[in-house]
Amino acid sequence: MSRTALGFILLIIAGVVAPWLNIYPTFLMKGWCFALFACAFNLLLGYTGLLSFGHAAFFGAASYITGHALKVWGLPPEIGLLAGTVFAGVLGYLFGSLAIRRAGIYFAMITLALAQMLYFVWLQMKFTGGEDGLQGVPRGMMFGVIDLTNNVNLYYVVFAIFLFGFFMIYRTIHSPFGQVLKSIRENEPRSISLGYDVAKYKLLAFVISATLSGLAGATKTVVFQLASLTDAHWHMSGEVVLMTLLGGMGTVFGPVVGAFVIVTLQNELADKVGSWVQVIMGFIFVICVLAFRRGIVGELMALFRNLYQRPVGLSARQADVKDTKA
Amino acid sequence: MFELLGITPQALYGQLLVGLINGSFYAILSLGLAVIFGMLNIINFSHGAQYMMGAFIAWIGLTQVGQWIGDPGFSVSYWTALLLSPLLVGAFGIVIERTMLRHLYKLDHLYGLLLTFGIALIIEGLFRDWYGISGQQYEIPEALQGAINLGFMFLPKYRAWVIVASLVVCFATWYVIERTKLGAYLRAGTENPKLTQAFGINVPLMITLTYGFGVALAAFAGVLAAPIFTVGPKMGADLIIVVFAVVVIGGMGSILGSIVTGLALGLIEGLTKVFYSEASAVVIFVIMVIVLLVRPAGLFGRER
Repeated sequence: MSRTALGFILLIIAGVVAPWLNIYPTFLMKGWCFALFACAFNLLLGYTGLLSFGHAAFFGAASYITGHALKVWGLPPEIGLLAGTVFAGVLGYLFGSLAIRRAGIYFAMITLALAQMLYFVWLQMKFTGGEDGLQGVPRGMMFGVIDLTNNVNLYYVVFAIFLFGFFMIYRTIHSPFGQVLKSIRENEPRSISLGYDVAKYKLLAFVISATLSGLAGATKTVVFQLASLTDAHWHMSGEVVLMTLLGGMGTVFGPVVGAFVIVTLQNELADKVGSWVQVIMGFIFVICVLAFRRGIVGELMALFRNLYQRPVGLSARQADVKDTKA
Repeated sequence: MFELLGITPQALYGQLLVGLINGSFYAILSLGLAVIFGMLNIINFSHGAQYMMGAFIAWIGLTQVGQWIGDPGFSVSYWTALLLSPLLVGAFGIVIERTMLRHLYKLDHLYGLLLTFGIALIIEGLFRDWYGISGQQYEIPEALQGAINLGFMFLPKYRAWVIVASLVVCFATWYVIERTKLGAYLRAGTENPKLTQAFGINVPLMITLTYGFGVALAAFAGVLAAPIFTVGPKMGADLIIVVFAVVVIGGMGSILGSIVTGLALGLIEGLTKVFYSEASAVVIFVIMVIVLLVRPAGLFGRER
């Protein structure tokens, strides 16, 4: 059995068993939402080499649209989730077409600026409720039969949504399309010279990533029954970068680990240290960048490789250098 | 004509002045970003936090230091702070460059962005913890209180001073980089660091000092801003995102380009406030979108 299959099985077991371990279910659901968000982000950063600093735009937009669809239009949750997700995808197409016109650092600045623009739009529009946000979003009956007001039902729906998104990302990464994305990450000029329309590939990766980020944001609205400006703020964009970096960018399971670590930290620290949470997040950022660039899962995988499969004819140090380049 | 649109000339001139002041800040900050980017190849995400630090140091000097040393009569004046605050923040920047940033030059540029983002979170979080989220007032220095009557409007002296001071600093920076021997070394180091070093110029030292200087510019802008805006931990973060958009619009290839773009966008923002105030928060971002569609490399940029 491959390690990935083992990972999948462990993940599913953990997800199914977790609510019976006396863990606060809302916390778990928050974890899965952010895990999906981070995995969607990782498709772009880890596998295509594009750093978007505006992913909160998609998370927040889907959150507002789903909230509005459920609360004001009274749509059933599955349609509400779909509306938010589709909206995020369309937004991803618009932002993506603009942002891929520049590369590297400019790409990051453009996505950040576009997300900030949207933030001001939400702030001024009437239906978002401004600083208060959309509160008391009803959960409703999924497909007319699953009562989402029951926390256990909701938990498994959220977990199923996560698995669906996670599997989509996994399939994307391991498809021929995903191989092209990786080749763009490694050497863009060469991909162009091989005849790939790089811009098209980047845009499609951006749209997939935005859509699934939207799905995460929409699900989060159903869980917390709240859509607010926090979801669309640039702090949120920074958080998802941190989750991916900490867990291990360019690894399948890294963002899941990173998301749960950060959500746990925020949960544990919020009442103990108050505003120091931001300082601690900043320190984690600095430490990750300086000393820990492969992230938790990346480091574990490197350790595993060094212990069991020392590459022939390549010293461990050279292998290290190769890894950090990715 | 103004009356037809329901706008008084006073309101128009007033907003143009505010626009020019914002434009001066955009110019200094984007200039600092461009100088740092040219030499270090990183985008300094903590620029906004360092601007905020500059303002806070001035405020602490004026109102807090006296109590700390047990002599309530003692305070650091605005004019001293204008010199001292950039020096302190610049020194802080040099420490960051020496201890952290220099380890990242061989890696992808994005790591520099991520590191400085983390530093920005730390600085902002610390100041929020120490002084709370709400802003502090900084009094306008005595010599610059009051206003000048220009005939068509009253020009507050302090605002005129901000515009003059920032223009002088911007053009002095431009002059040093484009017209002096030191600037020639700097440009050579930007163009080809290895060759420059082979000619016996200490490039690593130059990089360190460049970062220190760029950061000091941000702090200088912070002190200038202290009496106009409230001094609070959030003052830098929102501003820096707008400055990023300014940088995307102008492109970071040209020093003069950054200054002109910054001032022009400030003015446009001010005009938008007069004619369609709902759009004033987003107008710069909208211009960025248009520039990306028409001229993706930026107005003064080169495709690279």
